[in-house]
Amino acid sequence: MRKISLVTIALLGAAASAFAQERPVPLKDAAGRTVTENICSGCHSLDYIRINAPFMNRQTWTASVNKMVQMFGAPIAPNDAATIIDYLTVNYGPTTGSEK
Amino acid sequence: MDRRHVLRGLGGALGLASLRAGGLARAAEAPLAAGLPDGLYDTATLETLPGKRPLIRLTTRPPNYETPQSYFAGAITPNDAFFVRYHLATIPRVNAATWKLDIGGEGAAAPLSLALSELETNFEQIEIAAVCQCSGNRRGFSNPHVPGVQWGSGAMGNALWRGPRLKDVLARAQLRGDVAEIVFDGADSAPLADTPDFIKSLPAAKAIDDNTIVALRMNGEPLPHFHGFPARLIVPGWTATYWMKHLVSIRAVTRPYDGFWMRGAYRIPNNLFPVVQRFVSQETPANTPITEMVVNSIIAAPNEGQRFRMGEMIEVRGVAWDGGYGITRVEVSTDGGMNWREAALGPDGGRFGFRGFTYRFAADAAGVRRIMAKATNRIGQTQVDTLIFNPAGYHNNVVRPTTVTIV
Repeated sequence: MRKISLVTIALLGAAASAFAQERPVPLKDAAGRTVTENICSGCHSLDYIRINAPFMNRQTWTASVNKMVQMFGAPIAPNDAATIIDYLTVNYGPTTGSEK
Repeated sequence: MDRRHVLRGLGGALGLASLRAGGLARAAEAPLAAGLPDGLYDTATLETLPGKRPLIRLTTRPPNYETPQSYFAGAITPNDAFFVRYHLATIPRVNAATWKLDIGGEGAAAPLSLALSELETNFEQIEIAAVCQCSGNRRGFSNPHVPGVQWGSGAMGNALWRGPRLKDVLARAQLRGDVAEIVFDGADSAPLADTPDFIKSLPAAKAIDDNTIVALRMNGEPLPHFHGFPARLIVPGWTATYWMKHLVSIRAVTRPYDGFWMRGAYRIPNNLFPVVQRFVSQETPANTPITEMVVNSIIAAPNEGQRFRMGEMIEVRGVAWDGGYGITRVEVSTDGGMNWREAALGPDGGRFGFRGFTYRFAADAAGVRRIMAKATNRIGQTQVDTLIFNPAGYHNNVVRPTTVTIV
């Protein structure tokens, strides 16, 4: 929106409280999990990852991470992006089973 | 067969029944159809947001919750059963007393701001039944699967929306003759400043259509928070991407709006679907914005996996809808699509709303029966038997079976 002042203040409060009450969405425990959780959860809950598995592969996970950086302005350093792509491909890619 | 697959097969019946029984310690299993990504079955659950009935939670932040299939037995979707969909996670609780709607842009000679009370009292109030359906409804059934929120069939609902006509509101701003599009912004935004805000535009002609309204009420109540309090745009016939919630700004512009959510999202390949209404100022050689909904139907009853005894009457109930031409026929098959019979249509609540249908038949032979429904609209369009694949999973109106067992 264009005019921000009052609404922004309300927003910050709403966002903070929503975060606090949010049910955690566990990801698979493997190399790269912490980086993935910390960075991705800055903008969205991690169920976005789980529901888009296991049909995504290295190519589509790479496109997804690149979209977050290029289209949505996510400040993800190249080495972190590589870690996230590897983690998602290995743990939420086509050769993996689904969560239990 | 593991537990997950059993539940998937018995789907709706089990999930809802256990919920109604209440008192289950564990989270209730969501009533999910077959054919969705595996990861969804392990993640989606029934969850109750404030002021809502239990809905199927796909994502928490931003919230994306869909309506269980059994709620589509009625032509009007109750507010507390209506699906919830947001793109960006910063969602304000709007204060009606201080909220203002700004109307301006370079195409407006007399910009102005309106308070909620002014929208309520200074304009004729129109009420219209209209289907609000996410463009990505049924994306989860795409084959192959495509990235995105993995919706089943419940990212839609039909409500009675009430408020002033958008064209009456725009008239106060004295639009110039060369206005190309009207641009809409809501109060929600992204956690990051660099994320494109969710802003959408409409062709000027669609914006001033008599049926396009600024809704202040939904099914007789003030718009609930999750549906865009205090004002949202209603664009009957077109998918919900244009139905901006928590409206704060409406701008008349003389050149096509080029923000990400117009140029980079909500697009379909040219000439792939039989849509009549186009968005010409946003078209490219490759693709075009999604516009009107394709003709479709859903079976709400019986539930997937439901069992009947020989001799029982089985009542098939559901709704059909389209992009606003009006439903003229719904056919039902009880043998997997070999034979079709015409269903009885419910009351006509207007060409933009759900049209109910019912079909009764006797359980006359033991075994598994695949029940299907197929809708046809006033301009002769009907549902498809095989998916028209597209990269975003839009416009899925494949005829879907509900399987029951007669014993």
